[in-house]
Amino acid sequence: MHDITVVDLSRLQFAVTVLYHFLFVPLTLGLSFLLAAMETVYVVTGKAIYREMAQFWGKLFMINFALGVATGLTMEFQFGTNWSFYSSFVGDIFGAPLAIEGLMAFFMESTFVGLMVFGWQRLSRGQHLAVTWLVALGSNLSALWILIANSFMQDPHGAFFNPTTMRMELDSFTQLVFNADAQSKFVHTSIAGYVTAAIFVAGISAYYMLKRRHLDLARRSFRMAALFGVLATMGVITLGDALGFVAAQAQPAKLAAMEGLWQTEAAPMPFNLIAFPDQHAQDNRGVLQVPYLLSLLVTHSIHGSMPGFDTLQTEAIGRIEAGIPAVQALQALSKDRHDAAALARFNAHREDLGYGFLVQRYAPDVGKATPRQIRQAARDSIPPVAAVFWSFRLMVALGLAMLAFFVLAVLYTLRNRVQERRWFLKLAVWMLPVPFLANEMGWLVAELGRQPWTVYHVLPTWMSASTHGVAYMVFSLAGFVLLYTLFIVIEMVLMVRAIREGPPAPGAGAAYAAATPVAAAPSGYLED
Amino acid sequence: MERRVVLNVIGPHWDGNQVWFVLGGGAVFAAFPLIYATAFSGFYVVMLVLLWSMIVRPLGFEYRSKLADATWRNLWDWSLLVSGAVPMVVFGAAIGNLFHGVPFHFEWNLTSFYTGSFLALLNPFAILCGLLALALSVVMGALTVMNGADGAIWKRARGLVTVAAIAAVVLFAAGGFWVHGLDGYRLVSGSGAGVPQTPLDEHVAITAGAWLANFSAHPALWLLPVLGFLGMLGALAAGQGGRSHLGWWLGALAWLGVIGTAGAALFPFLLPSSSNPSMSLTLWNASSSQLTLAWMLGFTLVFIPLVIWYTSWAFWVMRGKVQATQIEHDEHAY
Ligand code: HDD
Ligand code: HEM
Ligand code: HEM
Repeated sequence: MHDITVVDLSRLQFAVTVLYHFLFVPLTLGLSFLLAAMETVYVVTGKAIYREMAQFWGKLFMINFALGVATGLTMEFQFGTNWSFYSSFVGDIFGAPLAIEGLMAFFMESTFVGLMVFGWQRLSRGQHLAVTWLVALGSNLSALWILIANSFMQDPHGAFFNPTTMRMELDSFTQLVFNADAQSKFVHTSIAGYVTAAIFVAGISAYYMLKRRHLDLARRSFRMAALFGVLATMGVITLGDALGFVAAQAQPAKLAAMEGLWQTEAAPMPFNLIAFPDQHAQDNRGVLQVPYLLSLLVTHSIHGSMPGFDTLQTEAIGRIEAGIPAVQALQALSKDRHDAAALARFNAHREDLGYGFLVQRYAPDVGKATPRQIRQAARDSIPPVAAVFWSFRLMVALGLAMLAFFVLAVLYTLRNRVQERRWFLKLAVWMLPVPFLANEMGWLVAELGRQPWTVYHVLPTWMSASTHGVAYMVFSLAGFVLLYTLFIVIEMVLMVRAIREGPPAPGAGAAYAAATPVAAAPSGYLED
Repeated sequence: MERRVVLNVIGPHWDGNQVWFVLGGGAVFAAFPLIYATAFSGFYVVMLVLLWSMIVRPLGFEYRSKLADATWRNLWDWSLLVSGAVPMVVFGAAIGNLFHGVPFHFEWNLTSFYTGSFLALLNPFAILCGLLALALSVVMGALTVMNGADGAIWKRARGLVTVAAIAAVVLFAAGGFWVHGLDGYRLVSGSGAGVPQTPLDEHVAITAGAWLANFSAHPALWLLPVLGFLGMLGALAAGQGGRSHLGWWLGALAWLGVIGTAGAALFPFLLPSSSNPSMSLTLWNASSSQLTLAWMLGFTLVFIPLVIWYTSWAFWVMRGKVQATQIEHDEHAY
């Protein structure tokens, strides 16, 4: 049996480390494309300023990239170290996209990143441009594969439970890869990365304009970021809507949590603009509603409806009762693999195995589960509503705010008026943390909304964790917090320094392209 | 300055090379999920130490030269040293522990429980294996530096090759004699290869000297340790003669021989259990389904050649010696 404290600590550790990883990932995803775009302009037009842009933003890219890689390593190991039952239970399916990600994307990205930084003098313009594009492609491919893995957890397709090996096994690789959730997730997430990079470049360029430094570089960078950003933000919002649609089909409980829908209502359903969901009372307080809007948003029709938690919980009770014989049959099979009666009983109930596990948390011997324990397990099937509800609202609000910002930015920059609007430049600097926050909120929605499952309807979170003692978990959690705090301080110091320092004076950059480095300006890093 | 030259020799490639390691983890996950789950969680503290030391590595390379402060740089030098040495020692020690068996068992649904302590993993045989791995990687590292630098750095690297290669030969030989006397594991009955199964349905016995059984059954396997010794001695000679490229490849052969020897001895065991030997993990009961393995093979066959191709291209582009003057003038250098 699992110690629930250890499970909760494992969840906390996973959440902390992955949310931290995802501070760096979106910028990598987006900035790599912006770098490629800048360099493309340079190669096409031959204007040196665009090479300086690519090199300057490339320097900031690398500071961010290093932490993305470092914290990603943690993630790759953590499934084994802290989610060992999960890893052996679905490793047959889940391990493959992770390994493919390494093969296909990490290699590409990290090999070419070296060339991108060191290759300015050694590669022809065309070659260097290709290298930069490959870095961008690599980072986005890595997002694709990890999100395919994540989507299997959200909406498992292409796999079945094999009672002989006691684990989930792959039965269709194509279904795994072409999961609808994966598709919309990938597009939404990678475009969210482009939004992040656009705000990053716009904010720092605005800072230079405020300080009246590096004006040419700042103005051009700002314009590119604004155009890139407005398109990306529109894309993120459109795709976010699509993602909600997918969730409605596959994970009705997540959608009900996003909308704070405790009771099923007849169409047209009102939208809870503000509400304070109370998990214990299973109701909302302080509600402010917009009539009709929910039906429209979720089903794109005024006549659409969706189930609330009352309906979902009743369904869960039925499935738990059906899942109990599945667990019992499996226990019999583990003692004797040739027990035909047990196999038949298992096959009759296999769809509900996960629900049987859900009640095993309270009744280790599932045959003895009381109605009260079953009701308790059914209550567990509701994700933490308030957290999901508010994370979702915050993400959407920030998304709309960024859209408004970029629309203004495009208007001003196309009329060459940005520099005169100092309030807007200040606003741009203040926008810097916004996309990062929106990204984190999005993941909270996705992952908290999946609870109580690690693999939806198949494997509950409570049995997925490794069987460590509490002391081990405290040790590792403390280690991560310490190390990661140190990292973020170092990263911020270096980032701020690099931004303060700015790009080298115009003209100095030309030396990069020269065949011999002798002409280069001394860069101030002479002594060891 | 010398340190910076060395860093910039490996600078363009460290990340690409580190991915091999990440990929190793991913490949174990995909091909042997039970190993990934049981070993990574069982060796929890060791894995964390390994992980934390590896995490520091990208930052060491990226951030060291960004500030010209001496303490700052010293700090990162140390962190690079630790992050280079610890993974190799841990890797070797992990292999060493396999020969002793690891204390773990499974519940009915294959939830794994590890019952050993952290300190038990640091037994003498494991430490010997760890040092062997460290010595071999020092050989490779020093030869790489010889390839990419010259002058005094080159000379010192050559000295290091000699010392480390001799240490490796001695340690490998000592390890061989030691294993001779260890208790080994033997698969008495099980479902055999290619049959879907769990580690709950096999029987395993422990007998003295059983780790050498595969070698007596198939004497051709003795070629593996021979390859190991020849590789080490060859790398030593080539390093002495200044032929560092040749030496590097010979060193790679030594690795192949050493790992091959360990693998041949353990076969078919991947993770023997000391607390319940009949729950030992083997190639047969820890592997993924055939469908998954087939897909992974397909991807590997397509992508590994591709990776090798563009990695070689990257090395070719960055070929030649790193000069101190060049680093001083390149803002992007480490
Ligand atoms: C800049 C970041 C950003 C912005 C502005 C938005 N999103 Fe988002 N959202 C993400 C960044 C993000 C994310 C971090 O990338 C997530 C986490 C999981 C995922 O697939 O993407 C996400 C998840 C996510 C989910 C949950 C997916 C799941 O559970 O699988 C939904 C339903 C939406 N988003 C919907 C929206 C809507 C309707 C938006 C309208 C404004 C929106 N998002 C703006
Ligand atoms: C980088 C983006 C991601 C973020 C920010 C994120 C966030 C989270 C959070 C906050 C939790 C904790 C949920 C809870 O405690 O209730 C969690 C759990 C988890 N997530 Fe994610 N997640 C991300 C991506 C992924 C991906 C790509 C995978 C798989 C490939 C994944 C697998 C898991 C697992 C195994 C758990 C633990 C079980 C659980 O508590 O649900 N996550 N994640
Ligand atoms: C929780 C599951 C995750 C795992 C196991 C994971 C694993 C990793 C690893 C091992 C690295 C370092 C690669 C290297 O050494 O070069 C990395 C970096 C990265 N990851 Fe994650 N990651 C996770 C979540 C995500 C998500 C959700 C995304 C994107 C949507 C993402 C995208 C990236 C990107 C773009 C990098 C940049 C660095 C690189 O590719 O080398 N990761 N990740």
